[in-house]
Amino acid sequence: MRARSAWAGVRRLGWCMADKVLFEFLHTEMVAELWAPHPDPGPGGQKRSLSILESIGFRVGQALGERLPQETLGFREELDVLKFLCKDLWVAVFHKQMDSLRTNHQGTYVLQDNSFPLLVPMASGLQYVEEAPKCSVSPAPVPGLHLRPSVRHPQYPRLPELGHHLCDIPACL
Amino acid sequence: MAQIAVIAKENYPLYIRSTPMENELKFHYMVHTSLDVVDEKISAMGKALVDQRELYLGLLYPTEDYKVYGYVTNSKVKFVMVVDSSNTALRDNEIRSMFRKLHNSYTDVMCNPFYNPGDRIQSRAFDNMVTSMMIQVC
Repeated sequence: MRARSAWAGVRRLGWCMADKVLFEFLHTEMVAELWAPHPDPGPGGQKRSLSILESIGFRVGQALGERLPQETLGFREELDVLKFLCKDLWVAVFHKQMDSLRTNHQGTYVLQDNSFPLLVPMASGLQYVEEAPKCSVSPAPVPGLHLRPSVRHPQYPRLPELGHHLCDIPACL
Repeated sequence: MAQIAVIAKENYPLYIRSTPMENELKFHYMVHTSLDVVDEKISAMGKALVDQRELYLGLLYPTEDYKVYGYVTNSKVKFVMVVDSSNTALRDNEIRSMFRKLHNSYTDVMCNPFYNPGDRIQSRAFDNMVTSMMIQVC
């Protein structure tokens, strides 16, 4: 059913949008492969799989963090970094901007995304609600800019909201 | 005579190349001392009320024989270029374009999944680009 709706989407949006769907599939398979309980767990078991997943996201984020801001001029302060994160990075990866960015001007930032594209397919039913936080790759895409995010778990059973709560930013800008 | 160095955020070298090959230690030392100037410029720019920061830092300091230019990326990786003072044909625009090429090649190196950030740069494409730049300068 997922494949059929994906194909319908492709036909509707044109060939050039196929990469969005491909990314979704690739991501889903990667997570499924690494998360699936192994009959013969290697050393470290599932924790190791999670850290592999995180490190993949980390490395890709580092490369993106180099490539994307190349055209823009230097960042002056943390707020610039976060604005870049919400706008450019989010658009490049998920084709939409982050919905809201709040700060207390003392090092804590709350980024909110009301329809995180990697979790939206799970929102259609209630069955995946428990699985949702674990299934998404923790987007740690700003290692080059040195922020340490901690993903807050989705609150609503209907439409998972993804809130990133960044605190104690070491500010190695 | 010229030297090009790529220095990581933690101030250790990722790539140093100089021509000619002798007196390399002197060049290494010059790059090391120029890091202070780079840090000074970065912090000065941060406090200045300029709308946006430029990545190109310009002439860091001139010595009697050489001129040292700097450039910093958004991830705090620094590029330092040392050129001969006698080479007066080199203009600011040319230095800027050289730094931009360096930045592009460095980004390509970063996007290489087999490269671990923090390791020395051993990419042949990067080497070739630097070689062509040095030929252009000397």
